[in-house]
Amino acid sequence: MSYISCKDLTLGYEGEAVAEHVSFEVNKGDYLCIVGENGAGKTTLMKTLLNLTKPLSGTMEIGDGLLPYEIGYLPQQTVVQRDFPATVWEIVLSGTLSGSGMRPFYGKEQKKLAKENMEKMDIWEQKNRSYRKLSGGQQQRVLLARALSATEKLLLLDEPVTGLDPKATEEFYSLIRRLNRDGITIIMISHDMEAALKYAGHILHIEKTGSFYGTKLDYIESDLYKSFHLNTCRHKHTKACFQGGEN
Amino acid sequence: MGIIEKLQFYFGFSFVVNALIVGVLIALCSSLLGVTLVLRRFSFIGDGLSHVAFGAIAIASVLKISNQNIIVMPVTIVTAVLLLGIGSSTMIKGDAAIAMLSVGSLAVGYLLMNVFSTSANVSGDVCSTLFGSTSILTLSDADVILCVIMSVAVIIIYCMFYNRIFSVTFDESFAKATGTNVNAYNFLIAVVTAVIIVLAMNLVGSLLISALIIFPALTAMRIMDSFKGVVICSAVLSVICALVGIIASILYSTPVGATIVVVQIVVFFIVSFGAGLAVKA
Repeated sequence: MSYISCKDLTLGYEGEAVAEHVSFEVNKGDYLCIVGENGAGKTTLMKTLLNLTKPLSGTMEIGDGLLPYEIGYLPQQTVVQRDFPATVWEIVLSGTLSGSGMRPFYGKEQKKLAKENMEKMDIWEQKNRSYRKLSGGQQQRVLLARALSATEKLLLLDEPVTGLDPKATEEFYSLIRRLNRDGITIIMISHDMEAALKYAGHILHIEKTGSFYGTKLDYIESDLYKSFHLNTCRHKHTKACFQGGEN
Repeated sequence: MGIIEKLQFYFGFSFVVNALIVGVLIALCSSLLGVTLVLRRFSFIGDGLSHVAFGAIAIASVLKISNQNIIVMPVTIVTAVLLLGIGSSTMIKGDAAIAMLSVGSLAVGYLLMNVFSTSANVSGDVCSTLFGSTSILTLSDADVILCVIMSVAVIIIYCMFYNRIFSVTFDESFAKATGTNVNAYNFLIAVVTAVIIVLAMNLVGSLLISALIIFPALTAMRIMDSFKGVVICSAVLSVICALVGIIASILYSTPVGATIVVVQIVVFFIVSFGAGLAVKA
C-alpha cells in the first residue's frame, strides 16, 4: 500500500479540465518531483493532494498509515507573509497546532517539538528574530521547520526555491535531500528541471493528455522529456543546455 | 477652573463615567481584531460593515422599531460572514464587494432617512449616526451593560483562540491543509467583527470605525517584531488613545469620535518618526 495513489485524475478548476489521465503513486521514502509547463495543473494537483479542492474525476487514496492531515506543506510565499510581524518561534510553533486537539494554548511537548525542528533547520539561534527581517533562504527554513512540526512523514513543497539566490538554492536542495535520507517523503513542485533530475527519484510530468510518471531514469529516456528538453533549449539558444541534460 | 477641577466636576456625572467605560472597552476589542483584519488585507471591512449597519439603522427607524439592534446586528453579521467567510469563492472579489456594499448601503440609508423621516432635523440625525457626535454621552445603563458583556465575550474568545487566529492569519492554506477548520474560524472572526462594529457605532459613528480598527494595528506593526507584541501594543495604544480622546473632547467640547481619531493619527506619526530615527541610529 502506498502513502498516496492517484488513478486517472482529471485536474481543473471551475469545471474546466487542464490535465487528464494523471496517475501516480507516492511511497514511503520517495522523492517525487512534479514538473510541467505553467498552467499545466501543477498547483491544482497540489491543492488536491492537500484536500483543498476535489479532482474533477478520478480517485486519490491515502494509505500506509498516512492520515489526510499528515501532509506538511511548504507554500509559495505570498506578499502578505514576507512582511508579517511574527517571530520565528511563533511561526514554527503554529505548525504543531494540528496535533493539539482543542487545547487553547501550547503544551510542553509542542514546544519541545518546535525546538527540535528549529535545531534541525539550524534556526534555533534566530528564534526571537522577526520573520520579515530574515533573508529568503532563512524564511524558507522557518517554513520548513513549521511543516516538520506538523508532520514527520510527508512534505509537499511548492516551487520552494523561487526567489532564492544560487547559494541559498543549493543549500535548500541539500537540506531537502538530508531530510529525505532521514526517511521523510518529499513531493516537490518545481520549475527547475536540472535540479529535479539531479535530486528526485521519481518524476511526474504533467501534460494536458499523456502525462508521464516513472523513475528518473525512465523519464530521461521518454519522448516527453526529449521534446520538452529540446524546446527549452531552443528557447535558450545555448549549447551548454544540450550537453547539460545528458548526464 | 483648572483642568483637574474641571475633570473632577465632569466625573461626577454618571454618563461621563459610562462613556469612558464603553469607549475603552470598544477601543480594546476593535484593536485586537484590527491586527488580524489589517494583516489579512481587510482594512476596509470596518468601513463597509459600518455603512451596512447605517443602512440597517435607517430601515429600523423607518419601520419605527425602537430597539434598533434587533435589525442592525443580524444584518451586519450576515454581511460580515458573506464578505469575510466565503469572500474567496464569490463572484465579486474582496475590495470591490466591500466598496460596492459600503457605498450602496450608505446611499440607500440616506435616501430612506430623507424620504420617510419623521424627525424635523434629518441632517442632524444622519450626521450623528455617521459621526457619532454625541451618542456616547447619552448611553443608557442597559447600553453600558450590553457593551460590557459583549466586550468581555470578545476578549475571552480572542484569548481562547489566539493561537489558531494567528495560524489562520499567517497562512490560511497551511492551516487548512494541516487540519484546522479554517471556515469555522473565518466565521468566528466575521461574527465578532460585526458585533464590535455595531457596538463601536455608538462611540465614533460609522464613518470613523475604520480608524479604530486600523490605526492601533498599523502603529503597533511599526515598532513590534512579534505577533504577540503587535497585539498587546495595539491594545494598549488603542485604550490610551481612546481615554485621551474622550477626556480631551469633554474638556474642549469637541466631537468624541473625531477627537479619538486625531489622537490616533498623532500617535501614529510620532511612533513612525521615532521608529525611523531608531533604525538610523
